[in-house]
Amino acid sequence: MSSTKGKIRVLIAKPGLDGHDRGAKIIARAFRDAGMEVIYTGLRQTPEQIITAAIQEDADVVGISILSGAHLYIFPRIIELLKEKGATDILVIGGGIIPEIDIPKLKQMGVAELFTPGTPTSKAIEFVKERFREK
Amino acid sequence: MDDRIKREKERWENETASSDIKHHPERKESFTTVSGKPIQRLYTPADIPDFDYQQKLSFPGSYPFTRGIHATMYRSRLWTMRQFSGFATAEESNRRYRLLLERGQTGLSVAFDLPTLMGYDSDHSLAVGEVGKCGVAVDSLQDMETLFNNIPLDKVTTSMTINAPAAILLAMYIAVAEKQGVKPDQMGGTVQNDILKEYIAQKEWIFPPKPSMRIITDMFAYCSKEVPRWNTISISGYHIREAGATAVQELAFTLADGIAYVQAGIEAGLEVDEFAPRLSFFFNSHNDLFEEIAKFRAARRIWAKVMKERFNAKKELSWWLRFHTQTAGCTLTAQQIENNIIRVTIQALAAILGGTQSLHTNSKDEALALPTEEAVTTALRTQQILAYESGVANSIDPLGGSYFVEKLTDEVEEEAWNYINKIDEMGGMMAAIERGFPQKEVIEAAYRYQKAIEKKEKIIVGVNDFVMEEKEQPPILLIDPEVERSKQIKKLQALRRQRHNFKVQECLNRLRIAARGKENLMPLLLESVKAYATLGEIVNILREEFGEYQEPPIF
Repeated sequence: MSSTKGKIRVLIAKPGLDGHDRGAKIIARAFRDAGMEVIYTGLRQTPEQIITAAIQEDADVVGISILSGAHLYIFPRIIELLKEKGATDILVIGGGIIPEIDIPKLKQMGVAELFTPGTPTSKAIEFVKERFREK
Repeated sequence: MDDRIKREKERWENETASSDIKHHPERKESFTTVSGKPIQRLYTPADIPDFDYQQKLSFPGSYPFTRGIHATMYRSRLWTMRQFSGFATAEESNRRYRLLLERGQTGLSVAFDLPTLMGYDSDHSLAVGEVGKCGVAVDSLQDMETLFNNIPLDKVTTSMTINAPAAILLAMYIAVAEKQGVKPDQMGGTVQNDILKEYIAQKEWIFPPKPSMRIITDMFAYCSKEVPRWNTISISGYHIREAGATAVQELAFTLADGIAYVQAGIEAGLEVDEFAPRLSFFFNSHNDLFEEIAKFRAARRIWAKVMKERFNAKKELSWWLRFHTQTAGCTLTAQQIENNIIRVTIQALAAILGGTQSLHTNSKDEALALPTEEAVTTALRTQQILAYESGVANSIDPLGGSYFVEKLTDEVEEEAWNYINKIDEMGGMMAAIERGFPQKEVIEAAYRYQKAIEKKEKIIVGVNDFVMEEKEQPPILLIDPEVERSKQIKKLQALRRQRHNFKVQECLNRLRIAARGKENLMPLLLESVKAYATLGEIVNILREEFGEYQEPPIF
């Protein structure tokens, strides 16, 4: 894990057609201010592009921001691709408008945590740091 | 008199107030608006010295329109109650529209899904999982016919939130109206059509700025002759605010966008008074009641000056800033959602006291999903209670003359001018966007706001204070992914088989040639949609000719 060598590397990605990137940009800055190495993919990335970037960038964490309601399509595809590429050690987290009833399904698939509206950025930072302290 | 009041105020500050503060300290070191603007303890005539009523306010319906664009405002006609709505298929959305009209809504406002906003057909690979989710899916004229089935387009006005492909959706609307026997000059409504704010905030763009502006000025020219009651653009601050801007940034960037459109129209060879009367605006109404009211009043005053003094418009209609308001979606909380009804009420009140022409009130459950029927009804009822029970629509600009509101209006105006001048110095809004200036200002403000919430400098009830454990999430509107998708895609594929494909090709070829030249695109778009060319097919032609916009990922 690269975090033992230094900073935690996070890739923030915005899949789908939605352009509402306030959340993605805020969490990217908050992670950076918390001492992590952050790469932001920009808008409209396909799951394939996101995973390719995550592997190329040697990311420890992939953070997906999604508000459009397409989460039940996007997350399974991300997890599937990580498995295909043998990169399941990358931690997948998500944020955005995700109905409560979908959260258990997503977690069961392998999404580590979902941060819904109103979550302080500090909570997401703590979650990520905690995960890497364990390892 | 001012001097005497100033001296008395100082005495009051130093003696009465400060001795009181010793016993009852103020709750905070400093008091600020939602946007972080410092607010004083008390405002008096000394804060607005030499206040010239005629010059600053004048009368409703008179330049500079600070008090309202109409002489009688809501005493003659209430604002239009226009709930933004659309989901799943055209059939389902049509049912929702008719329900809203039955319940007393007075205008329609269409929400399209993301593939439609981005100009993709429902069966495009990038549309997977997004069809009908954030709005209604429209692939062709056929869907538009269904969407407005049994809705008389000569009686109801419709606002369509569509930007990059706005010209195509307007063409479809004209075609549907014609099928109903309604001539283009009898129909009224609005297309958002504001691409500059897409680059700044909402990011649903397709083409680069230059060809985008060409399409917009083509629409200005076409509609001024053929669809004279149509608002060709709704210059929008809403999304800029939602992306995290302050009230002043929202106002300034919106008006700077407006200036860029007027400039583009003039450069395209149009007379300013030909198209300026059909420009309309769209603002956000956030939580801070007085700041919002000041923003709306300042907006009218600035725009009137811009149009009269900068662009030498002669018609009064060109000086008017007519605007739609939506309450701020970003203020809705996923926690204790009933509280959102109260937030929306206050925000709607600000819009009314600010003199809006139409209003959308958000539903309490919109931090969770698209609204349920029950939630949207409460939101509409909120407007009706404000209109018919509260008395706030009885008198025009009832807060005019308040020392606080006048001072705040002056300050908001001055700060907005500072931004507008700065953008002018950069070479206008297009140049400013290329430098990433408004984008960076907005994200800075958004981050500051988030930090203020996390440090509890700003309290959000139910989120960072007054928190409580909640039972299960309330019922929300769910869009069935598979049924709708297969419905929509099947319908689209059947259309492609049934229509006259040779004619479609002919229309698209003519469109391509026109796109290469300078011909007005509107007649060609109209011809294409009437032949049932799909949105995706039309946008593809234009994408091939105009290229696509790329944004550098800054944060």
